[in-house]
Amino acid sequence: MSWPFIIIAVVTLFAAAAAMSWRNLVHCALSLVVALAGLAALYLNLGAQFVGFAQILVYVGAVAILIVFAILLTRSGETPNQAVLAPGWLSGLAVAAVVFAALGWAIWHSAALSPAPAPAPEATVKKIGDVLMTRYVLPLEVIGLLLTSALIGAVIIAMREDAAKTKIENGGLKMERTPAASSTVQPPSSQGGAA
Amino acid sequence: MTPLQGCLLVSALLFAIGLAGAVTRRNAILALVGIELMLNAANLNFIAFWRFGPHPEALTGLMVVIFSIAIAAAEAAVGLALVIAIYRHRKTINLDEIKDLRG
Amino acid sequence: MTCITQNLWLVPVLPLAASAVIAVNKQPQRKLAATLAIGSMVFAFLLSLGAFSVVLLHHGEEGVFREVAGFNWLQFGGQWLRLDWALDPLTAVMLVMVSLVSLLIFIFSVGYMAHDENFTRFFCFLSLFAGAMLGVVIANNLVLFFICWEIVGLTSYLLIGFWYHKPSAAAAAKKAFITTRIGDLGLLLGMVWLYAETGTLNFYAHGNGCLEHTALTTMAAHLTAAGMAVSTAIGLLIFLGAVGKSGQLPLHVWLPDAMEGPTPVSALIHAATMVAAGVFLVARVFPLMAQAPVIEGVVYLHSTTVLDVVTWIGALTAVFAASIAVAQNDIKRILAYSTVSQLGYMMLGLGVGGVAVGMFHLITHAFFKALLFLGSGSVIHGCHEEQDVRRMGGLRKVMPVTFATYAIGMLALAGFPLFFSGFWSKDEILHAAHGWPVSPGPFYLGCAGALLTAFYMTRQVALVFFGQYRGGVRQNAADAHSHKKDQPLSTESSQAGPPHESPAVMTGPLVVLAIFAVLLGFVGTPAWPWFDAFLNGERAELNFSRLTESGTLGLMLSSAVIVFAGLGLGWWLYGRRLRKTAEEPDVLQVAQPGAFRWLANKYFVDEIYAASVIRFNAGAARICDFLDHWIWGGVVLLITWVTMGLARLYRFMDEFMVDAGFDTGCETLREGGGEISAWHNGRVQNYLRVIGVALVVLVLFLTWWRKS
Repeated sequence: MSWPFIIIAVVTLFAAAAAMSWRNLVHCALSLVVALAGLAALYLNLGAQFVGFAQILVYVGAVAILIVFAILLTRSGETPNQAVLAPGWLSGLAVAAVVFAALGWAIWHSAALSPAPAPAPEATVKKIGDVLMTRYVLPLEVIGLLLTSALIGAVIIAMREDAAKTKIENGGLKMERTPAASSTVQPPSSQGGAA
Repeated sequence: MTPLQGCLLVSALLFAIGLAGAVTRRNAILALVGIELMLNAANLNFIAFWRFGPHPEALTGLMVVIFSIAIAAAEAAVGLALVIAIYRHRKTINLDEIKDLRG
Repeated sequence: MTCITQNLWLVPVLPLAASAVIAVNKQPQRKLAATLAIGSMVFAFLLSLGAFSVVLLHHGEEGVFREVAGFNWLQFGGQWLRLDWALDPLTAVMLVMVSLVSLLIFIFSVGYMAHDENFTRFFCFLSLFAGAMLGVVIANNLVLFFICWEIVGLTSYLLIGFWYHKPSAAAAAKKAFITTRIGDLGLLLGMVWLYAETGTLNFYAHGNGCLEHTALTTMAAHLTAAGMAVSTAIGLLIFLGAVGKSGQLPLHVWLPDAMEGPTPVSALIHAATMVAAGVFLVARVFPLMAQAPVIEGVVYLHSTTVLDVVTWIGALTAVFAASIAVAQNDIKRILAYSTVSQLGYMMLGLGVGGVAVGMFHLITHAFFKALLFLGSGSVIHGCHEEQDVRRMGGLRKVMPVTFATYAIGMLALAGFPLFFSGFWSKDEILHAAHGWPVSPGPFYLGCAGALLTAFYMTRQVALVFFGQYRGGVRQNAADAHSHKKDQPLSTESSQAGPPHESPAVMTGPLVVLAIFAVLLGFVGTPAWPWFDAFLNGERAELNFSRLTESGTLGLMLSSAVIVFAGLGLGWWLYGRRLRKTAEEPDVLQVAQPGAFRWLANKYFVDEIYAASVIRFNAGAARICDFLDHWIWGGVVLLITWVTMGLARLYRFMDEFMVDAGFDTGCETLREGGGEISAWHNGRVQNYLRVIGVALVVLVLFLTWWRKS
């Protein structure tokens, strides 16, 4: 429980709380980035360098950007003038509190967590690569498939409807140039509503 | 308070914060953000156990987290695509207005 | 085994086959029915003549000629039930008599029943009867005998009740059947016992039959619980069957009522053949009845209990029925009581004198009684279905042939000496009764009966054929008919036409029978006892010296005197002062009203039976009906109620418990499901909250479970 750890942890938590509380969505997205970065620092602190950098690359570099894009595409960028919280938000908070209480209680009273920590392990990239290719080769391949299907799925789901219909009708995926959809990302002002 | 317990507490708190946000905010995107936070909390948990648990040389915790990050990325992509699709349909991403799939 | 014995079964089967063919014919075809019946009877008669000639041929060889043939019918386990027939002198004479008389009566019926619409049914039944009667005659086997005996009874029922729409006819048929049934019970018991004792069903079977020496001596020595010899007991039981069928004293009540049937039926069945079957039965099992019982080592030789009973019952019946006949007014009823009386004579003859004596009277009686019945049928037909003698009279001028033949028959029955068969046969009986060592009673009874017989026959002939015609306007002339084809049938009540002679088809058989009534007597005279000898397997010689031995001539003279006395008395009362009108009372009634009333009401025997047996039976029937209706019916009803109650209970349970329970359960489930599905409000965050709570619960549960 060194000081860096505590400081990073506090920052992360505050950023996370902020990400969940602010009205302006873009602010939320940005504080999310801070929280994710704090997490990456935590990983580095704990000796998982590869994971830490992977976290920056993937989460901060991709997921957060995606979220920003989504905010923009759904025109939620402006500060909303309606209520921010869902009805029944108090029960939600209560649930979260209860969950935390349960988890905290479990952690605090858990006997298995008592023993002294061992010295930091060597988690070199070489080792990671070795393990990936031997023991975890199957999950690796599956992840590849998963990413492929997620990519395709996301594209299809987010595509405009008439364009999607044409693509499916024409059997399989062909990147055709239709007048309606020339790319998946369109300025929201045109074609406000789908067919 | 062992370091492990400290890490776990942090992760639990992060998890709770993510859960609170996911069930409290009206906006769908913020719900997804909350979910990302929860996933990250779980990842932290894994790393903590890898670091302070038995057999850290097996790199099990690390591998799980690596895969988890990959999956989280995929899931975020698909989820946000869904949100966009819903927005196109319903012109709103307020979760309490999207309640068609009811019992 | 001669050819004729092998094929003797054809004799009954031909009429049976004719009956079957007539029965299955859908359209009543009169000519076909009559031709079949008469044709089969002709063949049966010819075969009987053949059998008779064969027996005649072998006559005189040692012992009685007897041949047995048969076939296996059914298999019982390892044994076969055989149906056997025998050809011996007794069978041969009966065959000839039955087939000849039946043939003549069939021919008569063609004319008599010509106007009846059920002509074919009549011939069907007649043929069935003839076949069954011939079967009784040839049977050598208890089973075959009983089967044919019962069929004879059945056809008697069918024919008595031929006009079944008449309630009196239906009642008479029922009475006949039930009364003979009582007798048949005795017969059945006797036969079963006989089979049990001897182990064989055949009468004659090369020494093993139940009427042959070994079996008889065994049965005579074997004693029953009552101390009677088994042969006696069986004999008495079998005689009971004969009593029923032949109308002997306690069971005679059906015979007069049986006159409800058509006259040919009365002639054939109730005069010549069926009632004679009882006499034939006694003659057939005579070796059994005559077997002297050996009781405690003592052999009783001169008589047996059975034959004593037979004799006394026969004698009593003879007088009883003859006395009733004196006071009857229906032409057929007089003849019916006469038949009962003559059957009594036959039984008397069998009891005192043996088979030949009784059988001779049976044969002669068959012919002259058939003649008398057919003659009365001709009279009835000629008087347009009138049957009351008080409304007849003076018919000898109108119906000469009928009168002549009827007179011959009457004289034969009365026993007019020398020329008529009745005299010879009755005389044999009286001769044997005279010499009976046990008692002279039957002889005196027989003489009294002869007197009465002559008397009532004279009365009848005087009332019917002499004087003036007393028939006049009849209330119901619906049966008026015409012999000319183009005259319409008259159905309105009008004066019935005058009496007329019957057509040749009816008077022909009368003439034939009359000839036999005269000639048949000569085969049984004391001088030439051919009949006796034939039945016993000996040779007979013409020997006039036999007339003078042992009081034979004296007996002949005294019976002649009795007959003349009867004839004279009848003539004096009825022939001299002829009756003028139909309504005036009978001469005897005026003279002795009390006695006449007793006789006219048949000694009230029917009334006694009705008050005792029938009432008892009716009471028992009522009790059974009550039991059936209330007790057994009550049980059934109770079971019904219980079952119905259970059914209702089940239905109630099913509807209100099972169904309701099921329905309620499903309702609850549905509503509960509805309630719970309402929780799914479509809001994702709600779901997430619930998942959170569930997570907490699970964690706590796991930790606590782990702990414990």
